[in-house]
Formats: sequence, structure tokens, C-alpha cells
Amino acid sequence: MNARANLFRVLPPLTQRQRPWRLVERNVLAYRRTWVVFLSGFLEPVLFLLSIGIGVGKLVGKVPFDGHEVDYKMYVAPGLLAAAAMNGSLLDTTFNFFVKFKYSHTYDAILATPLGTGDVATGEVVWALMRGAIYSTAFLVTMLLFGLVASWWAVLVVPVAVLIGFAFAGAGLAATTFMRSWVDFDYVTLALIPLFLFSGTFFPVSQYPAGLQAIIRLTPLYQGVVLERSLVLGAVHPILLVHVVYLGVMGAIGLRVAERRIGRLLQP
Amino acid sequence: MSTPPVIRVVEREARVFSRLWRGTVFSTLVAPVLFLAAMGLGLGGLVDAHTGKVDGLTYLQYVAPGLMVASAMQIAANEAMWPVLGAVKWVKNFHATVATSITPGELAVGYVLWIVIRSLAASAVFLLVAALLGAVPSAWGVLAIPVAALCAAAFSAPLSAYSIRLDSDISFPVIMRVGVLPLFLFSGTFFPISQLPTWLQPLAVVSPLWNAVELARAATTGTFHLGADILHVAVLVVCLTAGLLWGRRTFTRRLTS
Repeated sequence: MNARANLFRVLPPLTQRQRPWRLVERNVLAYRRTWVVFLSGFLEPVLFLLSIGIGVGKLVGKVPFDGHEVDYKMYVAPGLLAAAAMNGSLLDTTFNFFVKFKYSHTYDAILATPLGTGDVATGEVVWALMRGAIYSTAFLVTMLLFGLVASWWAVLVVPVAVLIGFAFAGAGLAATTFMRSWVDFDYVTLALIPLFLFSGTFFPVSQYPAGLQAIIRLTPLYQGVVLERSLVLGAVHPILLVHVVYLGVMGAIGLRVAERRIGRLLQP
Repeated sequence: MSTPPVIRVVEREARVFSRLWRGTVFSTLVAPVLFLAAMGLGLGGLVDAHTGKVDGLTYLQYVAPGLMVASAMQIAANEAMWPVLGAVKWVKNFHATVATSITPGELAVGYVLWIVIRSLAASAVFLLVAALLGAVPSAWGVLAIPVAALCAAAFSAPLSAYSIRLDSDISFPVIMRVGVLPLFLFSGTFFPISQLPTWLQPLAVVSPLWNAVELARAATTGTFHLGADILHVAVLVVCLTAGLLWGRRTFTRRLTS
């Protein structure tokens, strides 16, 4: 098995289509040394669920959803899952990408191999999505243990989380190629925190004035939150496909831009 | 009479900051206000409709002092981790500092003092916005600013003492997620700690953040309980003093070898 793997490495043309996986493999190997960091990424949404969902949830009581009322912790859990999918994907494709690109010069080393800039972009996105899938599966299991899943549609929760991750991975990579220094990362926070707080994650958008509601309905995380919440609470309508298309198109555009920009940045 | 060395350290940080402050405006000034708007106004609307008052306060008034000291803690934690390791490992400006007549011990104190000054400014801005939103019922609320600064000191002193010993930043994200985030979420910031499971409550009581939140809430609502408040201050001062003493040792060891 090992010999075969080595053979494919000295004869890279045989494995053209698998090249992005080499980057994923590199990231897996790198994380084996820092598995505590990897594990702790799962903690964040769980802690929010315990604090805001269960702690503050006692103070909130029930929230209107799809014509009936649901317990606040059931309402907020899928929102947190969607937000975590966004956070994780953006973290990997902005901060982590920037460190490897600018300081560790990881990509300079990678481009000295048969891998190209397109493989780097695809590989990093695939890695971010795999990580997102692991985290969202773990969070879904946590929700099940807490009795916060109301419908069998929840089997689609993880694929949708990966779709949310995809949408933001493209955007994150593309944005990072424009960053000059750490100072610019305040802009990432600038996008991330308002999306996290105001996309219907923690409370219904009906709390806002009508004009603001209309704007929020157009923002990307809102699509993900609506999708996840509808799946978990079993309120599935054909109109949800609009949100799916939105996220898919956003990811595709972002990745396309990122690929082109990374090509220009990394190629001497 | 020349400028005290500790002030020299603060001056250095302030000069660098004057070139870079734009990159911190959002995460240290705007983000806490957005949290206040989302939790205090958005979620608070639901809480007020369901529960009425939390500990006799509207939810906005309840959550404002908590968010204020919690963001001071977050500024302190951030500034006492990556920048400290950077200054000793990547940029090495701490080595440059101790090559002057400034001692490592003075550097440790000066660096904490700088973080305190920053969190004073950030807290003042937050308190002003909170007051405009009606989240600060008492004029005693101004006292919440020094409370937030004391909280920042209590966190930054031990954390910077720890960071300077390190060779890699691998433990920082874990500290943020396992230490700072749980404190932020469970220290009476968003809901009273009496709602926590009983076995967790003693843990919350010894957390420096809970003590600071209680003090700040006493200030913004103008309801003081002398005995308890002195205890809260004592906990924070103990953390600060222990941190500074430890920092003097770790800074000296790292920078004079």
C-alpha cells in the first residue's frame, strides 16, 4: 500500500485529478500534532447553546416560528449550527490561509511540487468543508442528546452546513487575497459579527423594523439559518430551494475569483 | 527627573498604536455595541415580554455591564497573548526594550498598564453608547469604567506572564475557547449564575469575570453592597498582584538568558 502511494507521488501525472487531496492530506497531517486545537473548535457552538439557548432561553420562553410557538432552545440551536458553519469556514479560509500564505510560506513550498494554484484553492476549500462537516455532525449529535431535533429532515442538516461553509469559503479566500496585513483582518470581524448576531440566529427578524428586515433577508447567513431551522423543526417548503441556490452561486463565484487571484499572487 | 521606565514602555505601545488603531476600531469598539444591540434590544425584547424583569432590571440594563467588562477581558486576553509572544519571538522588540535601561520587570508592568489604558478608553466609549440606549439607570455608572480596567488588569497580568514563557502560539486558541469564551458566556453576563447547575456555581463565584460583572452592575444600577463589593475588588486585586509578581519572574527569565 505504501509502495503504491509512493509510486503515485513520483509519477504525479497519473493522479492529476487528485492533486487537491494532497493539500488536504498535508492539513490532516499538520493537525495531527495539534488535535487539541481541532477538538476545541467544536466547543464554541456548544457553549453558546448552553449559555444563550438554555441559560437565556429560560428567560425567553417560547418564540413564534412557522405559525406556532417553539421553545427558545429549539429555535436557537439550528441558528447556532448555521453560524458555526460560517465561522469555521471563514476562519480556515481567512486567518489560517493568510498565515500559511504570508508567514509560513507553506504555499511557496507546495507550488514547488506538481501542485498548481488552482489545486491550492480547491484543496483549502475541500479541507475547510471537511472540517465543517465533522463539526456540524458533532453539533447535530449534541442537539439530539439535548432533544432539540424535531424532524427527520434533520438528516439534511450536515449537507446544508457544508453548503453554508462552501458559500463562505469562496468569499473568505477571495477576500484574503486582498489583505495586506493583520490590520485588515478587522474587516473580516466587521463582516462576521453583524452576520452572526443579526441574521435571525438569536431572535426572529420580525423584531426589526420592516426596512431592516428586507435587508437582512438578502444577507448570506440568513439563508443558511432559515434552511437549518426549517430542517430541524420540520417546516420544509419548496421555497427553501431559493436559499440553496443563493448559497451555491455565492460559493461558486467566490471560488472562481479566489482561484484567479491566488494564481496571480502566488505565481512568480 | 526623567520619565519613569514603566511610562516609557507605555509610550512605545502608544506610538505603535497611533499608527495601527484603525485595525482595532471595529473589534474593540463597534463589536461590543453590536452585541449589546443584539442581546439587549433584540433578544431583550423577547425576555422582557416573557419574564418581565431580570434581577429587577430590564434585560438591556442587565446585560450592558456584563458585556462591558467582558469586552475589557477580551481586549486584555488578546493583547496579552499573541502580541506578547510576537514581541519576544517574532518581532523581538522586547529584547530591544531590555537592551535599554528598562528592566524586564518594568516592561511587564508597563505592558499591563498599557492594556489597562486601552480598556479604559474602550469601556468609556461603550458606557456612553449604553447610556444613550438607556442601559445605565444610575450616574454611579461611571464607576464601571475603572471596574472594567481593573478586570482587564486582572486578566492581562497573569496571561502575559504565561505567554512570554512560550515558544509557540498553539495554546492560545485553546485558551480562548476553553477559558475566555466560557467565562464570557457563564459569568453572570447573560443570565444570573443562580440558573447554573449548583455544582458549577462555586466555580463561577471564584471567576474574576463574575466578580467584575457584579461590581460593574452594582455601579450601573447604583445599588452597592459594601461587604460583597469589597470582596469582588479583592478577588480582582489578588489576580492582578499574583500576575504581576509572576510576570516579573517570567519576563526576567525569558529576556535575560
